[in-house]
Amino acid sequence: MIPLPPTAPPGVPTSEALASDLGCFPTLEQYLALVASFKEDGFELCADLCGVDYLEHPGRALPEGVVATRFEVVVNLLSLSKRQRVRIRVQAGNDEARVNSLFDLYPGSEAMEREAFDLFGILFDGHPDLTRILMPEDWEGHPLRKDYSVGRVPVQFKEAPGPR
Amino acid sequence: MSDLHVRSAERLDPLTVETSEGAQGLQRRDFTKKSELGREVGAVLRAHGLMLDPNDVDVERQDDETMIINMGPAHPSTHGVLRLMLELDGEFVLRTKPVIGYLHTGMEKTGEVLSYVQGGTNVTRMDYLSPIANELSYCMAVEKLLDIEVPERATWIRMLMAELNRISSHLVWMATNGMDLGATSMMIYGFRERELILAFFEKTAGLRLNLNYVRPGGVAADLPDGWEDDVEVICDTIYERTFEYDELLTGQPIFRLRMEGVAPITAEEALALGVTGPVLRSTGVPWDLRRTLPYLAYDQVDFDVIVGTYGDNFDRYAIRLNEIRESVRIVRQCLEKMPRGDYRSQDPKVTPPPRARIGESMEALIHHFKLFTEGFAVPTGEVYSAIESPRGELGCYLVSDGGPQPYRLHVRAPSFVNMQAVPLLMRGGMVSDAITVISTIDPIMGEVDR
Amino acid sequence: MALEDLQHNFLTGQVEDLVRWARRASVWPATFGLACCAIEMMAAGAADYDLARFGMEVFRNSPRQADLMIVAGRVSQKMAPVLRQVYDQMMEPKWVISMGVCASSGGMFNNYAIVQGVDQIVPVDVYAPGCPPSPETLMHAILTLHEQIRTGEILQRRREARPTHIEQNSWTPEVPVTVRVGTPK
Repeated sequence: MIPLPPTAPPGVPTSEALASDLGCFPTLEQYLALVASFKEDGFELCADLCGVDYLEHPGRALPEGVVATRFEVVVNLLSLSKRQRVRIRVQAGNDEARVNSLFDLYPGSEAMEREAFDLFGILFDGHPDLTRILMPEDWEGHPLRKDYSVGRVPVQFKEAPGPR
Repeated sequence: MSDLHVRSAERLDPLTVETSEGAQGLQRRDFTKKSELGREVGAVLRAHGLMLDPNDVDVERQDDETMIINMGPAHPSTHGVLRLMLELDGEFVLRTKPVIGYLHTGMEKTGEVLSYVQGGTNVTRMDYLSPIANELSYCMAVEKLLDIEVPERATWIRMLMAELNRISSHLVWMATNGMDLGATSMMIYGFRERELILAFFEKTAGLRLNLNYVRPGGVAADLPDGWEDDVEVICDTIYERTFEYDELLTGQPIFRLRMEGVAPITAEEALALGVTGPVLRSTGVPWDLRRTLPYLAYDQVDFDVIVGTYGDNFDRYAIRLNEIRESVRIVRQCLEKMPRGDYRSQDPKVTPPPRARIGESMEALIHHFKLFTEGFAVPTGEVYSAIESPRGELGCYLVSDGGPQPYRLHVRAPSFVNMQAVPLLMRGGMVSDAITVISTIDPIMGEVDR
Repeated sequence: MALEDLQHNFLTGQVEDLVRWARRASVWPATFGLACCAIEMMAAGAADYDLARFGMEVFRNSPRQADLMIVAGRVSQKMAPVLRQVYDQMMEPKWVISMGVCASSGGMFNNYAIVQGVDQIVPVDVYAPGCPPSPETLMHAILTLHEQIRTGEILQRRREARPTHIEQNSWTPEVPVTVRVGTPK
């Protein structure tokens, strides 16, 4: 486990993260400052940003002091100079999930945040163009939420021809 | 919620006519403030450390001089269903808006209803030119959660198949790139070479494309007898043919004029946009996950990481051509160093028993039944595991809830993130360069849209 | 030159046969490669499985110049109107091959995002199964289509299915009638 960067906001819970060097759990207020401190510390690339809907999850391991909400935004940062990975998990909220956008720090998070909005309905403050990216513009609902069904169409099989 | 920058379809004020999907387009230029325009034109203006003047953008153009063209989802450039809205001033491209989603398959949602054994079939169809890379990233994530060890031979087999896949993906890239530039014979050569590799895949895995070969715990089947000869033929043939491609393309003046100096990107811009893979390496950053954060057995083989200088189209082409040669080198080393042993982990909870034993042992029958109907359960946790696919960093973020199906499967597709570089690269170029730009970024719409 | 010198240099036949031969010998496909099946379609047009021997190596990009639409790949909800538009822009006579299981029936993706079978949008003449179908399967599908064109079976089916009276402002879609196709002799 690597330490938090020196300019990080105080009091951010951390833990071990599988296949990464550090896992952080900032609150909504600490989120942007924490990511900015990582960026100053040499984490040049925002590898991945995604949303998770924990509605039907039996129980996830969170460090003490972290209030679990339904939606979570997971950011994976990569440092090329130090060859390290960091995972930041911020609890975004229950129904009206809103977090700060990372666009000003990492412009490459623009498409990933749009995807999180499209598929989960998580809103990002400060994003220049928060519209649907994968689904059609007039689609209703957010497909990757757990209360949105897969949309399976029952398959009707024709009677198989008998032995010839 | 009025303070948010959420624009619904009705509030857009497009310059285009209503399309069949609703109003899509770019906002009117005079409607946009300079600071907004700065954001819109290129995310690069926000990149840390760049000394760009937002007033440097040419906002003096009248609206009636520019034209918005739709390069619709079905178009000749053979890179799948990508729609581009280009704002043109004569032949020059000013702004671009890529519209994606035409191949959205809901694979992440489907992944939640398939078991971990079936998950490979789902994930393999995302980046359909390098199916082994998808499966590898997924299986490595599952294995990290399961905390099982993969036998050595399986690791080397995976590496062999991954490098063969890289060669075949780059060959298709060279074929389609040649076709986009007009060198149609390159298309035929690329696919001809690829047939050798696909024949080997068919012999090993049963399928030419979308092979469900890499499974959690190892690979699905051992390499067939006589594979050394097949692989040697592949290596020798393809290595010689790369020099033929040099003659066909690299030295030709028209090719060089069209590729050199066109659409350069700097390292800061690439890192700010999250771009990885050959596009990032063309700017001079020597970042290749196989070398810097090695997985499988890449630290035991000797290969070079190809790095460009100017970040233009020609660098990206040269990187991919030479990566074919480096991959051939790795394949030759796998040929020499392939260890003996199991091709799949012997853990009965993860690996189904061999078919012959099902008739003999009740336990084997039960294991087989449970594995293929219900699947194996993976302990609760979450992991992000990334590999270097031919397009960049392919990562798999997996959340499990202790059951036999993933709770959340998210794939970090390199093409999805690399597409953000498209508006930046096309700016100021001509329409014909726009085709080349899409080609050299090498997007695969299957993984862009998932 | 006297007419008796020409007695062995004539070929006689029916106009319909000539038209059908011309139609099946140079079917030009429209590029509609969507996903993985598109790669196999390109491989079918390339060197090892050569489509040029059937006159089909020119993939016309403009639907106005194309006869055949090979729907290769999964059709998402966003792509469906585009598919229909491209089909409508093609000129008669036109044919559709649904290549792969995703185009034929939705394939392994039975979910919210994929149209379960492209025959919900356009009438399909030949279905080619496989995931992806190897180029040989695609060629078999194409040859089946050629056989259908040769015997004139397709156009007869279309004529029967087309409604006889079409009002000015209404549009009725073509109803595909299921036809059993035998193996070409």
